[in-house]
Amino acid sequence: MRPLALTNFCIASSLGIGRTATLSALQHGSSGLAACRFETVDLPTYVGAVPQLQDMRITPALRRFDCRNNRLAQLALSQDGFESAIEAAKARYGAERIGVFLGTSTSGILQTEQAYRRRDPASGHLPPDFDYAGTQSTFSLADFVMTALGLTGPALVVSSACASTTKVFATASRMIEAGLCDAAIVGGADSLCLTTLYGFNALQLLAEGPCRPFDAERGGLSIGEAAGFALLERPGQARTETLHLLGVGESSDAHHMSAPHPKGAGATLSMARALAVAGVRPEQIDYINLHGTATRIGDAAEDHAVVALFGTATPCSSTKGHTGHTLGASGIVEAVIAALSITEGFLPGSPHTEARDPALHCNYITVARPARVTRVLSNSFGFGGSNASLILGRAT
Amino acid sequence: MTGGIIRVAVQAVELRGPGLPNWLVARPVLAGVAPYQPAPIVLSPPPHLSPAERRRAIPSVNLALAIGVAAVEQSGHDPRTVPAVFASSGSDGETISAILAALVTPAREVSPTRFHNSVHNAPSGYWGIATQSRQPVTSLSCYDASFAAGLLEACVQAVSGGPTLLVAYDLPYPEPLHSARPIDASFGAALVLSPERSNRALVELSIRIAGCGEATGCIDPDLEALRRGNPAARCLPLLSLLAARTTGEVSVALSHGILEIGVVPC
Repeated sequence: MRPLALTNFCIASSLGIGRTATLSALQHGSSGLAACRFETVDLPTYVGAVPQLQDMRITPALRRFDCRNNRLAQLALSQDGFESAIEAAKARYGAERIGVFLGTSTSGILQTEQAYRRRDPASGHLPPDFDYAGTQSTFSLADFVMTALGLTGPALVVSSACASTTKVFATASRMIEAGLCDAAIVGGADSLCLTTLYGFNALQLLAEGPCRPFDAERGGLSIGEAAGFALLERPGQARTETLHLLGVGESSDAHHMSAPHPKGAGATLSMARALAVAGVRPEQIDYINLHGTATRIGDAAEDHAVVALFGTATPCSSTKGHTGHTLGASGIVEAVIAALSITEGFLPGSPHTEARDPALHCNYITVARPARVTRVLSNSFGFGGSNASLILGRAT
Repeated sequence: MTGGIIRVAVQAVELRGPGLPNWLVARPVLAGVAPYQPAPIVLSPPPHLSPAERRRAIPSVNLALAIGVAAVEQSGHDPRTVPAVFASSGSDGETISAILAALVTPAREVSPTRFHNSVHNAPSGYWGIATQSRQPVTSLSCYDASFAAGLLEACVQAVSGGPTLLVAYDLPYPEPLHSARPIDASFGAALVLSPERSNRALVELSIRIAGCGEATGCIDPDLEALRRGNPAARCLPLLSLLAARTTGEVSVALSHGILEIGVVPC
C-alpha cells in the first residue's frame, strides 16, 4: 500500500490523559492498574480505570450520547490539539471528505446494564431516559465523534473484538485509496462495564493481581479502559510529517471463539501480511508491541508466531501491564505507544512482569530504555480469532 | 478508478427473511412477478460446525452463516480464499439480553459461552471456524445504515484484494430492549463481490457517495415495511434490481449522505 501520514493523535487511558502524561508514565515504567473498585463490581481483580469519567459531563448539546464510553472518547478528543487538527483538516478537505472509522467492542453497554436495574417493576420496561442509539448501539461512538467534530464523511464502527482499532487502520487506508475520502479519523474507545468484567471472570481469564505479560507466573489479564484517535492523510499534505502508516495485515484463526490457535497460525499470517503490505523485511522492524494479554495460552501462541517470523533478536514487549487490556481500544492505544516510541526514541517496558517465562523465546524487554526506533509492528488479536497487525514508521 | 466511483461485479446472492426462504424463491417476488407473502423465518444451525458448536449456536450465527455459506457456494469460490465483511447494527440480541438479565441477579453469573457469543463478531468468528478460512473478516456496524456501510467496506476490499463476501443481517431484540430498539423481523442478505466482470457475474455495480438524496423504497407495501423494519433489509431495492437483472439505479442511506448504486446486468 502507499504509506499514509499519521499527522496527529490523542490518547486517554488509566496510564495518563494526553500524550505527555502517557509518555512520562511509559518512560518511568508506571502502571495505571489498581485493585478493582469499579461501580458495584465485586471481583478479586485489578483494572485500569480512568477516574475522571465518573464526574465528567458530556457537552450539553450531545447529552443523548452521555455514557461512559462516549465520555472517554470526549476526554481523548480534547487532548493533544486533536480537535484543532480536525478543524484544520476540515478546512483543507471539507467535512464530507474526512472518513470516520472507529472501533469498540462494548460501546455504551454499561448504560444498559444500569438501566436494567431501573426496569419498571410492573411492565419490565426500561426507563424512558434510556437512549439505545446514543449509548448502547455499536455505532454510537462514531455518531458521537462525528456530531462533536461536525464531520459528515463515510463512517462505520468496526467491532471485531480486541482487533477492532487496529483493523480500522486497514479500512481507512482502503477507503482513502479508493478515493472515497481524503483523510480519516481512526481509533476508538472501550470502557469498563460489568459485561466484560463478569464475562472474562466466567472464562477464568482474569488475573487476581495486576497482569504480568510473558511472566512465568502470569495468571491472566487485567481489564482497562481507554480511548484514542489518530488522523490519517495522504503523504505530502501536512506541514509537519513525522509518522507514516506503512501497512496493516489482517487474518483469522479459524480455530475457536475465545482461545487463540495454540501455534499462533493466524497471528503469524497477520504479521506476515503487514510486512508484505508495507514492503518491509522482518529485520527492519525495531520493536514489536505485542498483544500479550498475560493469559497462559495467548502469550505462548504469540511468542511462537513472533519467533517463527522474526527470530529471537527483535525487541518486544506487551504494554498491557501499563494500561491493562483495553479490549477494542487496545489497537489504538498501542498504535499511539508505537508512535511515541518512534518520535521520542525509546522502547517501552513491561511493568509487573518480574521473571520472564523461560519457555518463551522472543527478546522480551521489561524495562523501558532509550533507542532509535524507525519502524514498529503492533499486534492486536481478538475473540472470534480476529487478528490484525500494523506497522508505523518514521517518515523518510 | 477516479472520482470515488467503485465498480464491482456481483457473483452470487443469498438471503433469508420472512416469506423469503432463499434467493431462488425470493427472486420472482423481488422482481415483482410473484406476490410477496410474509411468513415466519426458519433458521437452523449451519451444517459446517461441530455438534457442540451447533448446540450452542445462536440465532445471529445461524442466519449469517446460512446465507454466507450459500452465497460463496453459488459463486464457486473456495471459502478459504474469500475475505468477508459482516455488517449488523448490533450484537446477538438474545445473548445480550440474557447477560443483562444475569447481571441484575445477586450472583451475576454470566455463562462463558454466552459471553464469547455476545461479541459483535461472533458470527464472523464462527464463519472462520466453519469454513476453516484464515482470510480477514471485518465485523462492523453503522446503525440503520449498516448494510450500506458494509457494502462500501466490502467493495473497497474487493477492489484491493479480490472476491469478497458481504453478509448483512439483523435480528429483533427480545423485550425490554425491543421497545428501545425496534427491529421487526429477522433478515439477512449475502453478496459475493468481485473486482472483475466475468461470465459468472450477475450484474455490475457502480457505487458512489452523494451528499444528499432520498433512499429508494420498495413498491410492495409489505416489502417496504420489511425494509424499514430491519437495517439489513435496506438492501431490498438493490436486490429487486438484481432479481430482475435490469439496468437501474437505487439509493441507500449512509449515516450521512447516501450511496448511489448503478446496476447493469452482465
